[in-house]
This record gives sequence, structure tokens and C-alpha cells, in this order.
Amino acid sequence: MSDSTQNSTVRPTGVSFSMVLPWLIAGAFLLVMPFVFTSNSAITIMNQMAITIIFALSYNMLLGQAGMLSFGHAVYMGVGGFMCVHIMNYVEDYSIPLPLPLLPLFGGLFGLGLATIIGSFSTRRAGTVFAMISLGIGELIAACSIIIVAFFGGEEGISGDRTMSLPFFGNEFLQQIDVYYLISFWVMLSALLMYLFSRTPIGRMANAVRDNPERAEFLGYSARWVRYYSFCAAGFFAGIAGGLFAISYEFLTAENLGLLLSGEILLITFMGGVGFFFGPIIGAIVFTLLQTVLSLQTELWQLYVGGLFVATVMFFPGGLAGVLMMHVPAFRLGNAKMLIVPYIKTLIPAAIGILAASGFVEIMFYSRHAPVGEAEMVLFWTDIDTSSMIPWSVTIGLALICFWITKRNAPDLVETWHRANAIDGGDA
Amino acid sequence: MEFFLVNLIDGLVYGLLLFMLSAGLTLIFSMMGVLNFAHASFYMLGAYFAYEISTYMGFWMGLLLAPVIVGIAGAGVERYGLRRVHQYGHVPELIFTFGLAFLIEEFVKFIWGNNLVPYREPAILDFALFSIGNNNIAAYKVFMIFVSISIFLSLLYILTRTRVGMVIQAALSYPRTVENLGHNVPMVFMGVFGVGTALAGLAGVIAGPQLSTFPGMAILLGSIVFVTIVIGGLGSLWGALVASLLIGWMTTFAASSSFQFADILLALGLEKPVEMSESALRDLWTLTLPQIGPILPYMLMVFILVVRPYGLFGKRDS
Repeated sequence: MSDSTQNSTVRPTGVSFSMVLPWLIAGAFLLVMPFVFTSNSAITIMNQMAITIIFALSYNMLLGQAGMLSFGHAVYMGVGGFMCVHIMNYVEDYSIPLPLPLLPLFGGLFGLGLATIIGSFSTRRAGTVFAMISLGIGELIAACSIIIVAFFGGEEGISGDRTMSLPFFGNEFLQQIDVYYLISFWVMLSALLMYLFSRTPIGRMANAVRDNPERAEFLGYSARWVRYYSFCAAGFFAGIAGGLFAISYEFLTAENLGLLLSGEILLITFMGGVGFFFGPIIGAIVFTLLQTVLSLQTELWQLYVGGLFVATVMFFPGGLAGVLMMHVPAFRLGNAKMLIVPYIKTLIPAAIGILAASGFVEIMFYSRHAPVGEAEMVLFWTDIDTSSMIPWSVTIGLALICFWITKRNAPDLVETWHRANAIDGGDA
Repeated sequence: MEFFLVNLIDGLVYGLLLFMLSAGLTLIFSMMGVLNFAHASFYMLGAYFAYEISTYMGFWMGLLLAPVIVGIAGAGVERYGLRRVHQYGHVPELIFTFGLAFLIEEFVKFIWGNNLVPYREPAILDFALFSIGNNNIAAYKVFMIFVSISIFLSLLYILTRTRVGMVIQAALSYPRTVENLGHNVPMVFMGVFGVGTALAGLAGVIAGPQLSTFPGMAILLGSIVFVTIVIGGLGSLWGALVASLLIGWMTTFAASSSFQFADILLALGLEKPVEMSESALRDLWTLTLPQIGPILPYMLMVFILVVRPYGLFGKRDS
């Protein structure tokens, strides 16, 4: 707020090239991707990824930036999406001249409207109480979706048709690729707006309130109002994500409001990393890839994702982004090369061990749930016979040996990492 | 009258079941300040372990062993999971237990599959003890009431009358002082966590045959348990009891009532629209109380939190 207190560290106002560069790269990346992956299914996955990115970034406005753990964030996305489908249907029925690219804005406004109502009492406290209220509200609205059939369409959900709106420069959004560019535009816009929000005084105060609400209050800010503004903004962007979901899928059900989706977005955001702005973006990309690629390979993908999530909370609370940024000092000091050998010695056995352990789990799952008499399965492109002891002992033995090697080499890695981060470097 | 009595008993069974879960949860919360999101998952584990044991050794061994195994598992989670995450603060702890709940559900699906398992009450309790009017009351329900009440009484006795209970109560309010007096407070925390999860496991063991044992049972009850302790006041044992019974009776009576909202609308002088599909209020005309029964606890919770944010019996303004 006051520049006089920061005289020693005045930064140049205005926009420098290095600040704009990541955004230009991201924009170019979004433009080029459809030429690299041209198939329809790949574009659908990218659309899903982009929607998840907006949703995860909006969730991180709560969790990462304002310290509010919400178990009901899917509600704002869902309500925005439902409203957009209704608007799509109105546009079709009454021939309202509304171009499709503007539709997510209405989703955002309805998300914002709902957040202003619910935030007015739920943001009084942070922490556990806020988490419980968000859970209750989430369950309440998800349950209402089955009762209020006129709006939510009951168990079948509601559907619309995006091609009936006013053509946008002659484009009627018949193809997935058209939708992709529409979504890309909104991803860039909302990500930029959310980033700029985190740079405003209110965004900065949200960080202060997260870290120490008492001190923020002594500075003259009402912690409650700061939380409230963040909450409303998060609701707005979640609504935009919901509007894009409605455009992409043209179909919404009660699942789009439920606790499952709220939990999923918490998982995505936390695994990506709540401490950095780009963390949720990484989380959304990695999770969507896991969801689409891993679920084709194995029925147990949710077990693995759950295990990965618990391991992240226990060992890397900074998430993927936190792990990446841990290496920045080593690169700055030019010591990154020292880390290569210890990393190879630790990560390769760890990776083999994890693969072997998951192989063991797959064999166990197969032999427990396969029809009686069936004993042959395909694992890692090899046919194996689950009735013999060989695959069982090979996988579990390999896993144990590899984990033992990892455990033995890990202290060495930690030590090298500390040396790489020391100013005088490892050679001294 | 008989309708009322039957519902009273059903609501009591459900309410006491909720209490067995919420008692452990609220004790753990007041001690460690963390809401255990996975609490209902331990309840599910109790039911599944008891099922697995009962196929080899019968129901009664399951009743005896499953809560112990669940309690040991819970203590292990506290010792090797929560204690590690504790250094990062309360929100990561809550996220950790959330992830754990997810993982336990996937684990249960992995071992026992997605469908119901045939876990039944013992044959010795499979008869109608007495009947009110034309409604038979199963002996198993009375057994459930008996177990829950004896658990509550022994918990009350241990917490207020024994030395261990005194140490626990002291550790709730002044952990540092108790530690300085020479008690092993982390050990007490681990014990309380273990006992709390064992209670949840016991609730699962006795509820499994009644409410059916399937991978969704944790989610089904889990959020209601949270609602219960928020309504009762976080950390209050009496609040948990009152709120559990309140929710038990409220949902049971709502589920069996024949009340329709159309009656209210007619009494207000509104006319029932002829063409239902055109009216924006059409859902209000067809709405019945059993339909909104499941969301009544959530509505009550939001109402309580707006009017009295610390719950019915909560003291701490935390």
C-alpha cells in the first residue's frame, strides 16, 4: 500500500520483458499444440486440461494465497456451468444475439453471485471452521441438485447446444478445434487476471492474512473482508471454468457439483504445489495426463494417485512446483552438475522399485478378482502365469532390493544437495 | 403412537451409532486440533475387518478383534503419518487425513471389490425381540443400543473418574504443563487417536450388518459425522451426544413422514398449477419431507454456524 516503507527496495514500475516472457511462451505454446497433437481425442484432453487449469488456479486463490481450505469448491464451477447451459438453451429458444465466447462471463458472474452470498457467513473464520462450512454447503447444494429438478435437471442432468448461438465472425463452433481456441483464450485471460489479482494490495493482504491474521488486523485490515474478497474472486473464476465446461461438453449432471470433484481439485492443486502461482497449472496438466493415460493401462489408477497424494503431503508439502523450485539456487550457483550422479543413483532404483511394487499389486489384484481358473495376465507387455510363485517373488524381491538401494543412497543425495546450495560450492 | 415409538427406537439406534463415531472424532479434535477426515474410513475398515474375521471365526471374534486391529492401525497412522505432517500446520494435517480417506477407500475396493459383501448379524440375534403394534423390533437393534450405551458410560467413567482420564483431560488443556509433570504426552495423543479410531471401528463392526457393508459407506456417514460435531460444538463430548441423537431422530422422523409441501402452498391460498412443466415452482409442489430428510442436518449446521458459530455446547472460540 504505502510506498514510503519500501524505499530501500523500490522496483521499477511498468512492465519489463522478463515479466512478459513466460506469458508469451505460454500463449505461443497454446497456439502451437493443436498442430502437434492433431487428433480429436488429444484436443479433447487438452480442453479438459485447460478447464482444470482455470479451476485449479481459482482453487489456489483460496488454499494457497488466502489459506482457506475448501471442500466445496466444485459448487461454484457447477452452478456457473448449469447457468451457462440454461443460457445456451434460452439463446436457442428465443434467438438471443449472444456470441458463444461471451458465455463463460455469465458463468463467472453466477459463480461470483453465489460466492458473495455464501462467503458472507463462511469467511468469518479460516482453518477448520471454514473447511467444515464449505463441506456442509457443498453437500447441501449437491443434494439440492436432485431435489430442484427445474434448475439442475435431477439425476439425468441438463444438456444444451453450443452451435445455436450467434456466429462469432462466421464461426459456429462445430469442431473441437474451434472450442479449443475459445478455451485457450479464456485460459490466458483468466490466468493473467488471477496473477494480477495476486499482485494487487488485496492479493498481498490475502497472503498476510493467511500467515498471521492477528498481525494483519493490527495493521488495520479486517481479516474477514480480505478473505471475503479472495473468496468472491475465486468463485468468479470457478464459474468461468464451469462455463467453459458447459461449452466443451454441452452437458452437466449432479457430479459436477459433488464432493468428489471438490476433493479432486484439492488433490490437483496440492500435488502441483500451493506455494507458487504456476503450481496448480503443473498439477492440472500432470493429473489430467495421469487420469487419461494411466486409466487406460490399469483399473487401479486411483489407488496409485491416492498413494502419490499422501506421499506428497507427507514428504513434499510444497508439491511438484516446490520440488522444482528447490533446485533454482543450485542452478544459480552453477552447482547443478554435482546433483546429476546422486540423482541417477537414487531415482533410477526408486523408479524401478515403484514399478516392481505396482506390478506386485497388479498381480495381487488380478488373482483376487479374476474368474476362477483364469491365471494368465499381461503385465508390462509380458504374459505371466499368476498361479506360479515366480512372478510374485520376482516383483516383490525386485521392489525390496530397489527400495533398499534407494534408502542407502538417499543420505548421499541430501548431503550433495546441501553442498550444491552452499555459497562456496562443493569444490571448496 | 406406535409409529412414534418405532421411529423413536430407529432414530435412537442411528443417533447412538453417530455418537460412537463423533465421540472419537471430537476427542481427537480437542486433543490435537485436527479434524480426522478419515474417521469414517476407520469405521468402514472396522466393518470389513469384522466381515473377514467372521468368515473364519464367527461374528463374536470379529466384534472383539476388529476394533483392536483398527485401533492399532489408527495409532500407527498417528505415529508415522500425522506426527510427521504436524510440523507443517493444521491445514496440511487436514489434507493428509483427506488423502488417507481417499486411499483407504481405494484400498477397500482393491481388497474386497466394488460390491456389497455378505456381512450379516449372528444367527443368535436374528429374531424379533418384541413388537409394537404390527412392527417387529429386531433383537440386533436392541443389541446395538446396548453396546453403544455401555461404550458411552465406560468412556464417561474413564474420562472423569480414573487417573488415565485425568491425565487426558489435563493434556487437552495444558499439554506443556502435563509434559513437564513427567507424562509422555505424545504417547497420550497416540493412545487417544488409537482409542478414537477403535471406537469408530467398533461402530463399523456393529453397523455393518444393519446398514450393509460396501465401499461407499464411509462417504455416506462421514460428512454427517462432521456435521454432528460441528453442531454439537467442536471438542464437546456432551455436544456430540446431543447432536447425534438430534440428527438421528430428525432424519428418521423426516424419512417416514408423509408431509408434503403442497399442503403449505394450498394453506397459503396458492392454487395448484394445471400444467406442471410450465411452472418454475413445480418442484415445490411435488416436494415431500422424506425427500429433503437427508439434507436437513446440513441445513441445521449452516443455521447453527450462522447463529452460534461455536456450536450448541462449544466453549472455545477457536
